[in-house]
Amino acid sequence: MPNLKDLKTRIESVTSTRKITKAMQMVAAAKLRRAQDSAVEARPYTERFNAVMAGLAASVGTNESAPKLLGGTGSDQVQLLIVMTAERGLCGGFNGNIAKLARAHANELIAQGKTVKMLTVGKKGRDSLKRDFGDMFVGHVDLTEVKRVAYSDAQGIARDVLDRFDAVEFDVATIFFSKFVNVVSQIPTAQQIIPATFEDSGDSDGTVYDYEPSEEAILADLLPRGVATQIFSALLENGASEQGARMSAMDNATRNAGEMIDKLTIEYNRSRQAVITNELIEIISGAEAL
Amino acid sequence: MADTMQFDLVSPERRLASHLASEVHIPGADGDMTAMPDHAPIITTLRPGILSVTGPDGTDNYAVTGGFAEITSGGTSVLAEKAVPAAEMTGADIDALVADAEAAAVGHSGASKDMSDKLLADLAALRTALGV
Repeated sequence: MPNLKDLKTRIESVTSTRKITKAMQMVAAAKLRRAQDSAVEARPYTERFNAVMAGLAASVGTNESAPKLLGGTGSDQVQLLIVMTAERGLCGGFNGNIAKLARAHANELIAQGKTVKMLTVGKKGRDSLKRDFGDMFVGHVDLTEVKRVAYSDAQGIARDVLDRFDAVEFDVATIFFSKFVNVVSQIPTAQQIIPATFEDSGDSDGTVYDYEPSEEAILADLLPRGVATQIFSALLENGASEQGARMSAMDNATRNAGEMIDKLTIEYNRSRQAVITNELIEIISGAEAL
Repeated sequence: MADTMQFDLVSPERRLASHLASEVHIPGADGDMTAMPDHAPIITTLRPGILSVTGPDGTDNYAVTGGFAEITSGGTSVLAEKAVPAAEMTGADIDALVADAEAAAVGHSGASKDMSDKLLADLAALRTALGV
């Protein structure tokens, strides 16, 4: 049986752990609110952008001269997987789930005989994929210094990806991120960004637009921006998901620490009582012996 | 004829303006244009320039650097890559944009050289218009 002093030290240590996890939970809650606000504020742009692109893509996409970013290179041999995770851990299964999805995807592609390349955004995903796919890494984007994701961060990543595409380093690019549903549920998602796919939200009212300059010129101008837009919205979703996951992970940790403290306290009290009883027995038997 | 229409100005990070306007002056890629209510539907890309919106509360000017505008009979949405109220745009911001454009223009020739030259000229014009 551990002695009283040991128990006391453990209770103190678990209590301070609980204080830390509680504080982390509250910080995550505050950051989550901010991340959600940014995601909501970015939504009008993304929605309008995708609606216009869907319309444009539908009218231009079918012909042969469609830009490569939309029509593809005609091959899907070389696949670029852009794995976006957090820079920090302690957020439950958030990083693990994204890495798992990316790993499954990569293994499937390799089994089909495709060449896989990986670009990682965020340290955690890189660390967990390094062992299996280390030799397929083509680049890494570090966002450790970034406090709040800005559009320029997404533009930087997009420029890197587009440069690689222009240099014919890959045919198909897919991003992996976590879609934020609510605090307890984030869905790891794979989304193909090159060749571009646009979900038609279905609210197009069939308006026929004039285009200035031509449809092709607008498309050529907007497609690269579309890549940046999609990466940006993925980064924002990821940011909200990370904080949500951390919040619920830390909530669990706080609760576990509380349970542990209760258990240890009961054990501590029992031991103390046992010591007192022992001392009493000794005193009484000593008095009887006289 | 309706005398106002819905005007939205959104950037990737946030919605900058959403209100009724009677006319919107847009720096289109092929030239300036003014959208008024009941305009024919048109989508145009933007060049760096000044977007000016006349609404019930007067005229607002925004400096925009690129993106596109969607005009329908009932409203105008401008999706700008970067948009700031004209008064807040500083010379340093434009310097940064010019530096970016110059860096991107390295190695261009032919048609793409024309494009990057035009971009630089547009930025210079924007600087003059803002007086910074």
